Amino acid sequence: MDHRKAGLLDAEYGIICRELGREPNEAELRIFGVMWSEHCSYKSSKPLLSLFPKEGPSVLKGVGENAGVVDAGNGWGLAFKVESHNHPSAVEPYQGAATGVGGIIRDILAMGARPMASLDGLFFGKPDSPKTVFLSNGIVKGVGGYGNCVGVPTVGGKTLYDDRFEDNPLLNAFCMGLVKADSIVSSQTAEPGNLVVLLGSRTGRDGIGGAAFASVELGEDTKASRPQVQIGDPFVEKLLIEACLEALENGLVTSMQDMGAAGITSSASEIAAKSGVGMILDLDLVPLREADMTAWEIALSESQERMLLIVRPEKLEPVLALGEKWDLDCAVIGKTVEGDRFILEKDGAVAVDLPASLIGGGCPEINWPSKVPADLERRQEFELEKVSVPEDLGTPILELIGSPSLREKTWITRQYDSMVQVNTLQGPGAPLSLVRIKENGNIAAITMEALPWACHLDPFRGGFETMARSLRPLWVAGARHLGMTNCLNFPSPENPEQFWEFSEAVRGLAQCCLDLQCPVVSGNVSLYNESSGLSILPTPLVSAVGLIPAGDQPLLPGNWKDGDHLYLVGMDNAAIPASHYQVSFLGMLKGRPIPPSPEMELDFMERALLTAKSRLANSGIPILGGGLAVALCKEAMSSSLGAEIRLETPTLPVVTLFAEGGARALYSVPAEKAFDFLKVWKGFPLRQIGIANGDALRLPGSAPLPIEKIAKAWRGV
Amino acid sequence: METVERRGGIGMKFRAHIRVSLKEGVLDTQGKAVRVSLKNMGFGNVEEVRVGKSIAITLDAKSREEAEKQVEAMCDDLLVNSLIETHSLTLEAI
Amino acid sequence: MKAAVVIFPGSNCDRDVIHALETVSHISTQAVWHKEPSLPEGTGLVVLPGGFSYGDYLRCGAMAARSPIISAVRDHAERGGLVLGICNGFQVLTETGLLPGALLANLSLEFICSTCLLRVERTDTPFTNAFTKGQIVQFPIAHHEGLFFLPEKELEELEANRQVVFRYASADGSAGPLSSPNGALNGIAGIVNREGNVLGLMPHPERASESLLGCADGIGMWDSIKNWLEGRLN
Repeated sequence: MDHRKAGLLDAEYGIICRELGREPNEAELRIFGVMWSEHCSYKSSKPLLSLFPKEGPSVLKGVGENAGVVDAGNGWGLAFKVESHNHPSAVEPYQGAATGVGGIIRDILAMGARPMASLDGLFFGKPDSPKTVFLSNGIVKGVGGYGNCVGVPTVGGKTLYDDRFEDNPLLNAFCMGLVKADSIVSSQTAEPGNLVVLLGSRTGRDGIGGAAFASVELGEDTKASRPQVQIGDPFVEKLLIEACLEALENGLVTSMQDMGAAGITSSASEIAAKSGVGMILDLDLVPLREADMTAWEIALSESQERMLLIVRPEKLEPVLALGEKWDLDCAVIGKTVEGDRFILEKDGAVAVDLPASLIGGGCPEINWPSKVPADLERRQEFELEKVSVPEDLGTPILELIGSPSLREKTWITRQYDSMVQVNTLQGPGAPLSLVRIKENGNIAAITMEALPWACHLDPFRGGFETMARSLRPLWVAGARHLGMTNCLNFPSPENPEQFWEFSEAVRGLAQCCLDLQCPVVSGNVSLYNESSGLSILPTPLVSAVGLIPAGDQPLLPGNWKDGDHLYLVGMDNAAIPASHYQVSFLGMLKGRPIPPSPEMELDFMERALLTAKSRLANSGIPILGGGLAVALCKEAMSSSLGAEIRLETPTLPVVTLFAEGGARALYSVPAEKAFDFLKVWKGFPLRQIGIANGDALRLPGSAPLPIEKIAKAWRGV
Repeated sequence: METVERRGGIGMKFRAHIRVSLKEGVLDTQGKAVRVSLKNMGFGNVEEVRVGKSIAITLDAKSREEAEKQVEAMCDDLLVNSLIETHSLTLEAI
Repeated sequence: MKAAVVIFPGSNCDRDVIHALETVSHISTQAVWHKEPSLPEGTGLVVLPGGFSYGDYLRCGAMAARSPIISAVRDHAERGGLVLGICNGFQVLTETGLLPGALLANLSLEFICSTCLLRVERTDTPFTNAFTKGQIVQFPIAHHEGLFFLPEKELEELEANRQVVFRYASADGSAGPLSSPNGALNGIAGIVNREGNVLGLMPHPERASESLLGCADGIGMWDSIKNWLEGRLN
């Protein structure tokens, strides 16, 4: 078999032959083809990923395991990660989304954590195109159908529409789970003489070559890709969760790995390599769903809902009994030995014999050439003065609040069970999600953010702002950040201009993590998101996790009280470029987002945390998409209270209302706390912009906007 | 009818096809939604759509009668909710 | 006073119910695996919790209704013991025949998770004696198959026998089909059997048992049950 047909470059094939001292056989070749694909090996992104800070006082388990774990207090840890399932969702939206959710849940389970919350990032094309309607409906039903059945609440997410995602929608699935800090499962703890046990569904031909599929661009005829999409069974996943947690609780398992991309091969070889043991698996012992599967088909199958357990021989009986109890197929498929060989046997003969470390870790990095886009200067040209300002500022306000990306998303979120596990303090539709931890009374705070427009105009600034914008809602609510996970969604790295955008965005993201001391504990890269000449916008997505200590009350939005002073903290001169105002209302994407100001972010952080802890405000909301205008609308609607706003700023009203970027928040403070509030914010840019009262938003330059009218626009009625 | 030797005993293999549908008078919201979609696709001449289930069961039995009796029992005990569903059954020897 | 919460393969809300009963209402509770042949000694209340037993495959609750434990649940009900079915648990109870009717797919054919208002139609039951008649309470719903159905004649009988305990309501106090989020006939959200000791409802009282989570009206149900089992009613 030609190595190129397996997806390997000539140089890669050369290295394999050299390391083995021979040519690989067909099964081994296919294994390298999948394990050395972009999706599994991260060969195009490793050098960039090394820029991320990975350590910190809150990190219990960092990068390198199925998910990262941060300290949730009192001997507990929060394991979390975000992962993409973009290509499968473009081809078969329901199953692509469902199995994406299933996969990330198993990553959390593999750390020994009980999955407790999910978020989903959705990026679609033209809102009304039949394709987008078809894909978005399928994806939403898939996320809900799987998550609801498995009993993990979906508590938030992010949705954005842009034509560039028309043929390549994105689905990024985040999951977080709770684990005892001293019981975190590791892939490094297997010893020679252990048994390798497969628990869960039978193995079939699902997704054969799926990982390789994720690494290539989608062909013209997506119908032909169908057989490669995996089918999910959330019922079996639920049984798997309970069985694995029971096994862990009873100390039956030495190590555990979920089977995602490249199935048995990746999970088994990873444990072998990380633990420094060899492995001999007999593929004839794998419970099969289909007849006559070849060695490589079994080895690379991506059948869902399977976990690999490493078990000491004396613990095998109780493990098999657990399989019985939960009606899950449970079979010993091999053993660990001294050495470093990864050996697969079939029909009594050795089918595969490779060094374990070569499979997962041996793929050489690729340093793609990088070139500043030829049109970068043109992209960044923008003169605000040349743009006409509407007579009535109320017009863009209503249009923005009703625009596809900003309008009400209840049609999505009501299809998700956001309340199961009875921990949800703040669910979908808010700037952040809040989930209480019953075990210690602390509250986990989670955000999800991505700014493809900003990253298109200036990837470094866009990357920085993405990271900072994911943290500000945590601080406003009163949560110190513990760590973040990211999913880097980009087109092909083989295009030098696109690779430049990729590397600059990662640099910006990493710089922010360093400046604001937020370690990256896990992540995922999804490249080659393009088809037939249309590539996605650069879309690095971030989910940040923070903690509010037991006894502290979170500062939430939606609580304006009559007579409250409304304060806007933060700089006046945020940016129109890449704002929703520019893209959705002006119909253009030009200019540069604001430059990073790390000192200002850290300053904002301390003051915001103090404001929340000291309960100096009734309501607080960070300035996010849509700028101050949208923040005012959202607060007015949730509080059922209007406001009288004055904008006595040196900046243009359009800028004050619609610009985005930078550390900014809107606080609603009762008169008796105003003095203390101003003390906390002394020395930081701050302006009182009005008073909360009445039943309409009254702004200069706009006809009064009754709350009812705003709500109608937001609901699209 | 064919006889098939199995592990030293003599028995027969059958496949039952059970069609389960909602009783008349029970709301078929799925059927209604499908009808609307078909209409939107240009099939305006569709009068009614009822969506049901098809269950295929392969089983060993000593005789056709026994097979039928067993499958009817399965329908009564689990496969069909007689409050809201009816069913029809065909049986073939294989 | 003791409660038993049955866990089927695929049950999700068992831990939530145990939390509401034990931690919030201090009712001693035990989890019971569906394969057990009997209930724990001294069980006063059996709860069939929400979730997706058997993945909702074939019909919601159909396979769970054929579990070994159900025979003990029937005996318990026959002796007058209390049985509470929440959401999927309600679906299981209709499949066992311990309650009449069936739950069909929501009219919208979509899963709906939302808060919802209910009117308490009867307070002379073990489950609702701590409420007042006509009281409007808020419990969340999260289901795909919540449309309560009975053929016309049986439905009239059900109403005539006062077996409707909770009806979907609107903020102005009216209740009925127009207030239902799922098309349930007569806006029926929860019913009892003729004897009044078996209750099934689609909304989740265990999700409305702490004001921290938004609403605590569900505590009324646990108080009612405690009143009944501890003999505090005349």
